[in-house]
Amino acid sequence: MALKTEELVLNMGPQHPSTHGVLRLEVQLEGELVTKVTPHLGYLHRCFEKHAEAMTYPQVIPYTDRMDYLASMYNNFGYVIGVEKMLGIQVPERVEYIRIIMGELQRIASHMVALGTYGLDIGAFTPFLYLFRDREKILTLFEITCGARLLYNYMWVGGLSHDLHPDFERLTREFISYFRPNIDELNNLLTYNKIFVERTANIGVLPKETAINYGITGPNLRASGLKYDLRRNDPYSIYDRFDFEIPVGEGLVGTVGDCWDRFYVRVLEMEQSLKIVEQALNQLPEGDINEALPKRVKPPKGSIYQRVENPKGELGYFIISDGTVNPFRVKVRAPSFVNLAILNELSKGHLVADIIAILGSLDIVLGEIDR
Amino acid sequence: MRQYLKNTWEGIWTIIIGMKITFKHLFVPSVTIQYPDQKVPLPERVRNRLYVNMDDCIGCDQCARACPVNCIDIETVKSTPGENLGQTSNGKKKALWVTKFDIDIAKCCYCQLCVFPCPTDCIYMTDVYEFSEFKRNELIYNFSTMQPGEVEEKKDNFEKFQAEKEAQKAAAAKAKAEAAAKAKAEKEKDEKSKNNNSKSSSNDVS
Amino acid sequence: MYESLVEITGLEIFAAFVSAAMPVAFLVPFVIIAVYLERKVSAHMQDRLGPMRVGYHGLLQTIADFFKLIQKEDIVAEGIDKKFFNFAPFLVFAGSYAVYAALPFSSKYIGSETDLGIFYIIAISGLVVAGILMAGWTSNNKYSLYGAMRSAAQIISYEIPTALVILSIIMWTGTMSLATMSEMQTAYFWNWNILGGPEWGITKFVLIPFLLVAFIILYVSTLAEVNRTPFDMPEAESELVAGYHTEYSGMKFAMFFLAEYGNMFAVSAIVSVIFFGGYQSPFGYLGNTLGIEWLVPFEQVFWFAAKGIFFVFVQMWLRWTLPRVRVDQLMTICWKYLIPYSFVNLLVIGIITLL
Repeated sequence: MALKTEELVLNMGPQHPSTHGVLRLEVQLEGELVTKVTPHLGYLHRCFEKHAEAMTYPQVIPYTDRMDYLASMYNNFGYVIGVEKMLGIQVPERVEYIRIIMGELQRIASHMVALGTYGLDIGAFTPFLYLFRDREKILTLFEITCGARLLYNYMWVGGLSHDLHPDFERLTREFISYFRPNIDELNNLLTYNKIFVERTANIGVLPKETAINYGITGPNLRASGLKYDLRRNDPYSIYDRFDFEIPVGEGLVGTVGDCWDRFYVRVLEMEQSLKIVEQALNQLPEGDINEALPKRVKPPKGSIYQRVENPKGELGYFIISDGTVNPFRVKVRAPSFVNLAILNELSKGHLVADIIAILGSLDIVLGEIDR
Repeated sequence: MRQYLKNTWEGIWTIIIGMKITFKHLFVPSVTIQYPDQKVPLPERVRNRLYVNMDDCIGCDQCARACPVNCIDIETVKSTPGENLGQTSNGKKKALWVTKFDIDIAKCCYCQLCVFPCPTDCIYMTDVYEFSEFKRNELIYNFSTMQPGEVEEKKDNFEKFQAEKEAQKAAAAKAKAEAAAKAKAEKEKDEKSKNNNSKSSSNDVS
Repeated sequence: MYESLVEITGLEIFAAFVSAAMPVAFLVPFVIIAVYLERKVSAHMQDRLGPMRVGYHGLLQTIADFFKLIQKEDIVAEGIDKKFFNFAPFLVFAGSYAVYAALPFSSKYIGSETDLGIFYIIAISGLVVAGILMAGWTSNNKYSLYGAMRSAAQIISYEIPTALVILSIIMWTGTMSLATMSEMQTAYFWNWNILGGPEWGITKFVLIPFLLVAFIILYVSTLAEVNRTPFDMPEAESELVAGYHTEYSGMKFAMFFLAEYGNMFAVSAIVSVIFFGGYQSPFGYLGNTLGIEWLVPFEQVFWFAAKGIFFVFVQMWLRWTLPRVRVDQLMTICWKYLIPYSFVNLLVIGIITLL
């Protein structure tokens, strides 16, 4: 006897504790099994791209801050080097180094949020607060340098808004030595925990080919086993001077490309970023940071696509200039937006609880998806 | 079977490790503070509420132009030559009456872009961060030190001055025009023969 | 309690009423303390301070929250079955409160001196499932429904390992009465069941590892029965928002809250009665040494509460350490791990007892 059953449509979000902001997921369920997930976007749309057309080039920078608000420094970074390339500016050495230090610290901070909220999604509350406690320390480093804790507007076209604070170097070194043992603590508390492993291993397996086909970038792609990092594969700024490894997913506890791998790759990346910051601090040259600051930012006619390795993936800026002080068009390739597209593919056949685990492991930021 | 026992053991063992860590943290001093009673000392470069020192402001409008969200609203009235507006602290001479200098702090995005272009460093960010209000209107800060009556007076002054100037100008222009007309009339007589050339050149341009 | 009161006063209704109301006098202050403790424990485990404003170090915070909950609007959403929606929290609370009838707080006080105490507790806690299902189903909310369904499956499944472990202990001690069970473990802590019981001999030492396993199984399964992390499937805030009580607010929500904390203490008390001597002091009584007879029952209440609160603390400790298991893993843990282990344990303890 065939019992007539109906699929249940569950609206997750936009007000839901673990949709990471205002994402709405339309989930079709067969009991607890997921048959389809449709993400609905736009609840945080702020017309970044249209706004940018009315702004002058430096005025766009505060707006880029607000896209991926957990990695503002890196958003500035990408935009700024794009415009610099259009203008043909060579920034001083010191500026390059400072940018890389800031960018990598920001990467650590962004991963901290990713890992912490992932623990939260799985149900572990405590690691989240430990990570946020350490993130505050990074934000303090930013605050003494540029005065802001979240939205920095620190990197400018051709330079920086402020030079490093005299205490910055010492405090950063202190932070590095303080934070290294905390990574082990995090691993013991959460990463290797049996329940956590059971929840994440073999869940949402993303094979390498699928990842490439969907255009997944960043830690999510590396977790699938592809060693692809723009800092290595398309070096911008001065990343070619540093010695660091690109961690890839190895499937230590499950299959390559599962949620646990995506989590663990971020843990390993934090260690690598610490390494880069340390090297950059050792090599940091003296100099004037305002040397190359242009009087007027007015790039010649033309266009440029500048991509950088944002903590979330490949962040691309496609800037068209019509020769005036306002950009004609700024198109952003947002990594979270592209990474979110895989959600349906990954969560088919899993349970409701796994959607949360998979969504959390993709590490999306709604500010960037909706822009 | 081995896997089964291993799973059991791992489950128990990792839980014990986790519990050890959290138990240790029971005795770690807290990192949070009791906010309104205790406050974190702010660094010197901190970016919070904007402040304008009107004594130094020359009304150049550069901050308003730099602002990405248009939260600064400046209106100025030119001074008449007879008036002395004083000097700014770094020795610039003021030439404009700043009749309106409003900052809508509700709009402000604390990007600090307005601070850098200021030629007299009169707009800057302070460390005041507790300024919430119940009404949004109260977040519009009026920095201009001028009274409404004063503003009217200055406007009138300038208009009068303008009118005078205009009158002078008009008189001068009139005189000039008359002179020019005279000259033209003489010229026309002289240079009738060159007319053809100028016509052809104007055709080229169009 | 009931019997002695009947003897003294001769009024059955009065005796029943008084002995039924007694646990409230314990439960309400306990919940107030436990909620405060939960906040403080979680805060300090996470390097925070927790409530600090109301009273000294926030001691009165829970009371303030209680008043806040009373004042809250009682929201009843559209399209729900009002009768059952309103009834469910009380049913849940009744289920958890009924357990207290059979808990021996001291040698002098036990709500009902029934010989089938533990049996009664296992049976009556099924009422909670009915209440939760009712709450989830009538809420007309998909999250609530999921929470309720999960909860029903979970509580019923976990009753099996609980019952099996309790069965093995009953086989060994030969009693189903919690009062008798506590009395057997009298005097000193080496007489506790976890350390092989009061009888000296080889069996005492042989039994210890198996009793330890039995204790862990019982503790884990009771943890699951009261829906605490890592088994808080029905609430699962990151997945199901708030599970079966998503639609509840104000006093009805407080009822669920009260029931949850009441349950926490109840299961902790059962664990302590079965394995840790219940109300028995670990080092003998001050009242006996000083010759003050009336002090002993109070000491017993103190020890009973202290042991219960210690296990409640461990529950909190686990909650703030562990992630949540998934719903199918929850079943796996129960059916594939706990039940086989408790079966083996039951057999071994049975054989040892026979020998």
